[in-house]
Amino acid sequence: MPAETIITVEGVSKRFLIGHSLTDNTLRDHITHGFKAAVRRLLTARANAKVQEEFWALKNVSFEVRRGEVLGIVGRNGAGKSTLLKILSRITEPTAGRVRMIGRVASLLEVGTGFHPELTGRENIFLNGSILGMRKAEIVRKFDEIVAFSEIDQFLDTPVKRYSSGMYVRLAFAIAAHLEPEILIVDEVLAVGDAQFQKKCLNKMGEVTKGGERTVLFVSHNSAALQSICSTGIWLNHGQLAGQGPISVCLSEYLKTGHQQASFLPPASGKPYITSVRLNPQALAEGHIQIEVGFKASAPLSPPVVGITISSKFGQPLAGCNGRMVGEAWNPGPMCSGTVIARIEHAPLHSDRYVLSVYLGDANMDFDQKIDVVEFDFVSSRFYPQMPPLAVIGQGDFDWRWSMKPE
Amino acid sequence: MNGQPQVPSEQPDPMSREELVIEAGGSDYHYWRDLWRYRDLCEFLTMRDIRVRYKQTVLGLGWALIQPIVTTVIFTFVFGKLAGMSSGGVPYPLLVLAGLLPWQLFSAALSGSSASLISNTNLISKVYFPRLIIPLSSMGVALIDFAVVLALYLCASLWLGRLPSWHWALLPLFILLALVLAFGAGIWFTALTVKYRDFRYIVPFMLQVGVFISPIGFSTSVAPTWKSLLDLNPIAGLIDAFRWTLLSDGQPFDTHGILCSITISILLTYSGLWYFRRMERTFADMI
Repeated sequence: MPAETIITVEGVSKRFLIGHSLTDNTLRDHITHGFKAAVRRLLTARANAKVQEEFWALKNVSFEVRRGEVLGIVGRNGAGKSTLLKILSRITEPTAGRVRMIGRVASLLEVGTGFHPELTGRENIFLNGSILGMRKAEIVRKFDEIVAFSEIDQFLDTPVKRYSSGMYVRLAFAIAAHLEPEILIVDEVLAVGDAQFQKKCLNKMGEVTKGGERTVLFVSHNSAALQSICSTGIWLNHGQLAGQGPISVCLSEYLKTGHQQASFLPPASGKPYITSVRLNPQALAEGHIQIEVGFKASAPLSPPVVGITISSKFGQPLAGCNGRMVGEAWNPGPMCSGTVIARIEHAPLHSDRYVLSVYLGDANMDFDQKIDVVEFDFVSSRFYPQMPPLAVIGQGDFDWRWSMKPE
Repeated sequence: MNGQPQVPSEQPDPMSREELVIEAGGSDYHYWRDLWRYRDLCEFLTMRDIRVRYKQTVLGLGWALIQPIVTTVIFTFVFGKLAGMSSGGVPYPLLVLAGLLPWQLFSAALSGSSASLISNTNLISKVYFPRLIIPLSSMGVALIDFAVVLALYLCASLWLGRLPSWHWALLPLFILLALVLAFGAGIWFTALTVKYRDFRYIVPFMLQVGVFISPIGFSTSVAPTWKSLLDLNPIAGLIDAFRWTLLSDGQPFDTHGILCSITISILLTYSGLWYFRRMERTFADMI
């Protein structure tokens, strides 16, 4: 017997009026707008000249979540993930559609919402707990547990403005981790805080979800976290549901999309230039990194040289190579245009977000560069359930061999 | 889902579980229940505002006393001494303080609640709770300041040899009336301030005007011809009721004034709630 449906989302849409909310915020604007509109209506026959532009952050999104399911929501920035979470958390109303949820809902869209810097840790536990929907008695009951989890007991009566950012985040998470709703909605909040504590929170969330009672909706850019926590996923693209299913399928479908490419117009200088950069999605889904760089030059480049660096999402360069440094291995002959392909078989990287920068030149000098041109999520085919955080071990996933030296 | 039969593990009673429906236009069904459920939040927000206000101040709650004391001294001097207005046998400072009490309660509750949503935008864009909690919590802040000034009044009254009469038993009713009046006006301005930031400037201005058109520094009995006009100001009836209660100076109870106050309070609150609820759905998008 399948678990009962806990969340039903039917045709949910959300429209924002661009311009309206920005300009109409004072009475004067409203009056002058109204006046101008009235004058325009008098002067011209066309009454409905549109002042506002519509933007659909979500369009006709429908899906269902069953009890105990941990649903990951993937999509690019601006795909509507946050809007969807805000609708489900009742912060904003849908323009159309209907959502049905059974059970107590709590949402965690930000770490430490409502924390007041002047108040002590103790006072903030009560304030933040009640903001998250806990009753006073509930907070009193869990108080010691929260303090123990946050590891800040000796600073309990210090105003949180004197806390280090790590302590602040730990306290905030400790409160949130002790919510006991039937439905938990979590936005990209695990991106902050120190690595060890993130791990502790992930474990805490995982613990609860293994109980099977709690339904969790989880948004993250961290593919590894999504993969380890979630069972199923939905994929949003430009406000519409682009796919749903098991999280691994969802993630790889999402990563296959053609968004990991960019194309460029010729520069005014007339110098040789990069026409396009594309990350082959098919290869990426299989764990290979294949970068295709198109170029164009008025005089032949002998030979065309492409350089590529892969950086972490924080901009730290991890690996780089170019045709010049490999010497005889790269010798395609003079060319005016074409596409250079660079491929790393089974890229030795952990699952994370990476950024590419691309350079173009010839045997002697560089002509064009595109810094941080493509950003992509890499999902490693290797999975280590007990992996320390990437901030500790780094992104490189080398082929380690372990053995014992014979006595 | 995976084809394997699942053992229904300790299913909670479906009747005990709440169903929540979110749709455009929303439903009022859960609103009042939620409001009750979040009452602790209201209390914590009030405590937050009070604690934060007096943290790092030397005088602390003493600040709540300074303004009424200074105002009382000035009004006593201007109206009692310079203008020589009659107080009906009551020490003039007590007359002023008794008028100042409801006025301060009203103006603190009104200005606090009308600014409350704007100063809590971070909450509104990140968590759900019935938004009425926020203006309600600022009522609490005003009430605590009021209690401090009331204690001051009681001390002054005893010092001047006037004991509280049975009229004091009605005081909670009039406090409630002041709060309802401030709440009604407050939620109107709260909702309007979110949409039109102009009201941030309009409210202080209105309160400033209010000091002069309300009978704070003088007794309404000195201007009997203007009485019916004065009663259109709902604060006037309220101030008279407070004076009747606190001073117990033998003046007749002003039924007409208080009825005007009650009617206006109910109308304001009722329409304010309607407007606030209507606007509430879009607060997060506008803020």
